[in-house]
Amino acid sequence: MSQGVTQLERSREGRGAARPPVPGRRWSRSDTKGWIFVGPFLAVFALTFLAPIGYAAYLSLFRAQAFFGTTEFVGLDNYVDVFTDDKFWDGSFRVLLFLVVQVPIMLGLALVAALAIDSARLYATSFFRLVIFLPYAVPGVVAVLMWGFMYGTNFGLAADLNDLFGTSIAPLSSNWMLASIANIVTWEFVGYNMLIFYSALRTVPGEIYEAAALDGAGALRTVLSIKIPALRGAILIATIFSIIGTFQLFNEPNILRTLEPNVITTYYTPNLYAYNLSFGGQQYNYSATVAIVMGLLTAVIAYAVQLRGSREAMK
Amino acid sequence: MLIISGRRARRRIALVAAALTAASVLAGCGSEDAGGSGGEGTAADLDAALEEGGTITYWTWTPSAEAQVAAFEDQYPNVDVKLVNAGTGNDHYTKLQNAIKAGSGGPDVAQVEYKALPQFALPGELVDLRQYGFDEFESDYTPSTWASVQAGDGLYGLPQDSGPMALFYNQEVFDEHKLEVPTTWDEYVEAARTIKKENPSQCITNDSGDAGFTTSMIWQAGGTPFESDGESVTIDLQDEGTLKWTGVWNQLVENELVCSIPGWTEEWYKALGDGTIASIALGAWAPGVFEQSVLEGAGKWRAAPMPTYDGKPATAENGGSTQSVLKQSKNPALAAAFVRWLNHDEGVEPFLESGGFPATVADLEDPAFVDKKLDYFGGQQVNQVLTEAATQVVEGWQYLPYQLYADTIYGDTVGKSYQTHSALEGGLEAWQEALVKYGDEQGFSVN
Repeated sequence: MSQGVTQLERSREGRGAARPPVPGRRWSRSDTKGWIFVGPFLAVFALTFLAPIGYAAYLSLFRAQAFFGTTEFVGLDNYVDVFTDDKFWDGSFRVLLFLVVQVPIMLGLALVAALAIDSARLYATSFFRLVIFLPYAVPGVVAVLMWGFMYGTNFGLAADLNDLFGTSIAPLSSNWMLASIANIVTWEFVGYNMLIFYSALRTVPGEIYEAAALDGAGALRTVLSIKIPALRGAILIATIFSIIGTFQLFNEPNILRTLEPNVITTYYTPNLYAYNLSFGGQQYNYSATVAIVMGLLTAVIAYAVQLRGSREAMK
Repeated sequence: MLIISGRRARRRIALVAAALTAASVLAGCGSEDAGGSGGEGTAADLDAALEEGGTITYWTWTPSAEAQVAAFEDQYPNVDVKLVNAGTGNDHYTKLQNAIKAGSGGPDVAQVEYKALPQFALPGELVDLRQYGFDEFESDYTPSTWASVQAGDGLYGLPQDSGPMALFYNQEVFDEHKLEVPTTWDEYVEAARTIKKENPSQCITNDSGDAGFTTSMIWQAGGTPFESDGESVTIDLQDEGTLKWTGVWNQLVENELVCSIPGWTEEWYKALGDGTIASIALGAWAPGVFEQSVLEGAGKWRAAPMPTYDGKPATAENGGSTQSVLKQSKNPALAAAFVRWLNHDEGVEPFLESGGFPATVADLEDPAFVDKKLDYFGGQQVNQVLTEAATQVVEGWQYLPYQLYADTIYGDTVGKSYQTHSALEGGLEAWQEALVKYGDEQGFSVN
């Protein structure tokens, strides 16, 4: 779920950022009218977004002892600790690996699905579109619980498949866990990304296809020379969404943790780490620091991808 | 005058100051509420508070709570109890801790498991009930549960239930393998080997690493790895008792003689019902769980005393809760009166009716309870075994003042030993290391 929410959040910002800046204009009285319109948004935004971030930043500069202790100002000590914290890096590298493997697979599948539905060669396209999108509508917690059942090696679907093929794959063991989580996330979000790609494809004017057909372009040629280039912006957006979603990986491991507490550690992903620091150990200050560092890392990587993406588009 | 120096002294002064502030705040409230005063109360205040009436909030996940609150409000119509289920276990504690941290929004009375009591009591977040004369009730409870509601010098609750451990076993599976019920852990390991050899899909028990189980097993072996009197904490997860337990349990873990099925999952209930798990050591609350959630196992399960190391009876507590009054409460006298009613007076009856296992001696000796034949257990008088166990709990155990945190990171450390089927000492050492570090960071002085 968290992935979905942030993606929507980002999409709002993304649209705003894409708009060209208004050329310099002198401050006039009529400008105050604008503030009245954006005022309600800004108030809520400040209260629910800026204030918590500011508070987290403030917290991260202190160190409080959960039991008998005092609170003392420690400057950037917490940040120094985070950067030398094996647990933090263990979780970070895990989500990075996840990013490198899962995101291309998920977006690839979404792309194929979008192209297939757009190709007009399928019957009942709206049915397929709906079915592929459906997992996204399943609440994240329910989805993970459901997959958790299927992954069970004693009674679940995995047990039946192992019986059938004589294998002994345990999806919830430490070797397979990350792949199993990747599978759940892919299942959940292929439909969502497919929809982004599909809507981008619908904006391609029909005349271009006609022209291509007149020039003798086949289906493959059309895909490579028209559709994929037309999708470039959408792919970039979807990639950025996915990067952010991946770094915030939380729900899936947190729920599977009840099934396999030995495999999924309290620091399996950075978000899970921050959560457990705060609610398991009452280390609110350090938890805030972890959250901020992770937020900055995400922003840097997402920005780098966006920068690269826009440069490509300029070529 | 004292010379004040060092962190510890400063902390102590802060503590005293905090206690004084809390006392004065409570005293202030008390005079307004006319009924009781949290600072200096007496038993007489409680009756007055019940007469006077008022509203209190009660957080619990006990299944019998609804019936208990209804009966209480019938008896004392002036009192309104707001019953809130704030989640089970950790969810409940997270909210409780947040309310305490925030300084308001917490309940007057909260359920607290014995293992979590020191965590809330030692930093001074609960009301010491000795001021209301509750220390007189000592002889009404089993020694082990009475010890579980103490922390430091204070008394921070009245025991609600108890969980002396017993061995529950599947008679059908034991017959199938022609096994006698083991009375020592060595026999238990032998039985485990026999079962695995004759049917690899079965196992003597399940254990994929569970902090509550580990601590109870160390308790039974006579270990005292955690000791604390407030600020100073000693952790020794390599003590004699602990090593006695790992000496037995390593054989099961390293040779994969136990099923790696985590407790309280669908898989677990199923495995208990279909004979995959042949036996399990659980607290005396287990019959209720079997009857409600393991329908398939009806008639097959029996209870026996815990196997021991030397054949002499010994057991430990596993689980169990108390109800405590929060310092935050604006009406501590009424809250304490409610706790007294709940776990000492009339409230015990609805608790027993809902299948709870009591901590009160009178009920544990009541023939109607002790000699009850349970159909689920093939008509066995299970409570005879369990009430007997309640008198055989090894003395001297303490939980850490941050046991909840310790349980959270158990999987990160000891869990790794389970996962790799290696000797548990390694994992326990890692656990200890993490716990010492955390304790020192949070203001305790550890080891």
